[in-house]
Amino acid sequence: MKLLRDTWLMFVRYFLIFIGNPAWVIIGVIQPVLYLLLFAPLLKSIVHIPGFPPGGAYNVFVPGLLIQLGLFGASGVGFGLIDELRSGVIERFRVTPVSRLALLLGRACRDILTLLIQSLILMGLAIPFGLQPTFLGVVVMLGLVALIGLGMSSLAYAAALALKDENSYAPLVFTLSLPLLLLSGVLLPLQLAPQWLQDIAKANPLSYAVTAARDVFNGNGGSPDVWKGLAIMAALAIVGIAIGARRFSRAIA
Amino acid sequence: MIHTKGLRRTFKGRRGAVEAVAGVDLDVLGGQTFGFLGPNGAGKTTTLRMLSTLLPVTSGQATVAGCDLRHQPAKVRERIGYVSQEGSSYSEVTGRRELTMQGRLYGMNRAVADKRAAELLETLELTDCGDRKTKTYSGGQKRRLDVGIGLMHLPDLLFLDEPTTGLDPQSRARMWDEVRRLRESGTTVFLTTHYLEEADALCDRIAIIDHGRIVAEGTPEELKREIAGDVVLVGPEGSPDKARDILKGQDFIRELTVENEVLRLYVDRGETALPQIIRLLDGAGINLATLSLHRPSLDDVFFRKTGRSLRETAP
Ligand SMILES: Nc1ncnc2c1ncn2[C@@H]1O[C@H](COP(=O)(O)OP(=O)(O)OP(=O)(O)O)[C@@H](O)[C@H]1O
Ligand SMILES: [Mg+2]
Repeated sequence: MKLLRDTWLMFVRYFLIFIGNPAWVIIGVIQPVLYLLLFAPLLKSIVHIPGFPPGGAYNVFVPGLLIQLGLFGASGVGFGLIDELRSGVIERFRVTPVSRLALLLGRACRDILTLLIQSLILMGLAIPFGLQPTFLGVVVMLGLVALIGLGMSSLAYAAALALKDENSYAPLVFTLSLPLLLLSGVLLPLQLAPQWLQDIAKANPLSYAVTAARDVFNGNGGSPDVWKGLAIMAALAIVGIAIGARRFSRAIA
Repeated sequence: MIHTKGLRRTFKGRRGAVEAVAGVDLDVLGGQTFGFLGPNGAGKTTTLRMLSTLLPVTSGQATVAGCDLRHQPAKVRERIGYVSQEGSSYSEVTGRRELTMQGRLYGMNRAVADKRAAELLETLELTDCGDRKTKTYSGGQKRRLDVGIGLMHLPDLLFLDEPTTGLDPQSRARMWDEVRRLRESGTTVFLTTHYLEEADALCDRIAIIDHGRIVAEGTPEELKREIAGDVVLVGPEGSPDKARDILKGQDFIRELTVENEVLRLYVDRGETALPQIIRLLDGAGINLATLSLHRPSLDDVFFRKTGRSLRETAP
């Protein structure tokens, strides 16, 4: 099938470009490690304050961290596309019969793969600190990360194609991703927040992913919140792909 | 191979609309090398991007490689190659991999794509650098790779947007050879250029475009013949005004213009005009710094059609 074949070709291209640059690979691995080593220890002391969800610091913190990894990792992918846009490669692809959707999906699949590998590294490293992963927890977690990666990187690509230059892309992405992050309860659980903040956070799709991730990591795999989180992330991914693919097939004037 | 009728493209900007291409009619036959000649901003790239399906047309019709541009863009894409003005390779990828990637996107399997890539690296004299990342390439190597990428799937029609801009004379000569080779192999080439010599040397037919309109079209010979007769350039010492006044009324001079202190005279027969000019100016006590006679060039054609010299508008 043409879409699959083209997506695969694009995926291989971008994967090879990624691993051809050791700096990116090293940064990709070091990032999660830094979070674990430099931030997680702070949590140890606040686990005991009232309102903190049960399950131990790492079981609460690591799921959030993984969602953050997905959000930040995906929002940076537009830089590579802008670089390529400037080199004329995207125009060149658009003159070939390649599927426009594959132009998006091939890249997004590379982004997802790197996110998944980073997530596995992070979870593995967190075990000695006290993370107690379950099989279901890991699977659902990776599913959430993949869906966030797909949705957010598609949106990031759409933004990059629309803006075409780093100086407008970077401010946009940072302005949007910071509130998304803060209002998702990634760093500290939203249960600690005042009511008005919790209300705003309800409008943030990522907060549902964080809730789902924490539930499944703390033995609540069957809770409806888990399904809700997955469904909302799937919807986000579909919307992201629709917007991104439209951008790729339109003229990049 | 290409037929267009009233092809137009306007860009809407903050300060009104720009009519980049203002009704272009073209007929390019199969096997021809067709040149699109014009100064910066004339609308060359915009036309090419429309013909290669990259840019929607504002109005007008076009068939490219036998397919309707508006209704069968996918079929057009299968049959054409397009080498953009900016280039088309990514700095972090090797030339060979760019070529095979391109072949695979046109449906070749790995073995066929590898073989074709090796072939192209050979003919384009890129074998030595084929396995290096393209960021290490020289300007000429990069440009040849761009052409190779456009040729990977053996298209019937190749668009080349300014294939030699920015190249040194040696690389330019190589690129010319490449275009000639394509012509021999039966590929239709549609190229744009700022350079008159280039259009003259390579093209079977030429269209001159200025401000989005075709101002002249024909074979280089036809275009030059339109400027019947010869061109005499007279460079008097000091101001050209006096010389102009003397020569203006003469019957044997069909047209006279002044450009950069030099008089440009269009005459029927240069051999007989020269002595007359010398006699007239000598009689009036005007000394000549320079005097030259030449056959009309495409530059003269451009000048006649637009009132400007292409060499002045080119960067
Ligand atoms: N995306 C765009 N938006 C607005 N105006 C544009 C756009 N692309 C081109 N133009 C305008 O259209 C006109 C024609 O541009 P075009 O790139 O076709 O010229 P060109 O003949 O290729 O010039 P050059 O020799 O410099 O490459 C110019 O005035 C240009 O500013
Ligand atoms: Mg141009």
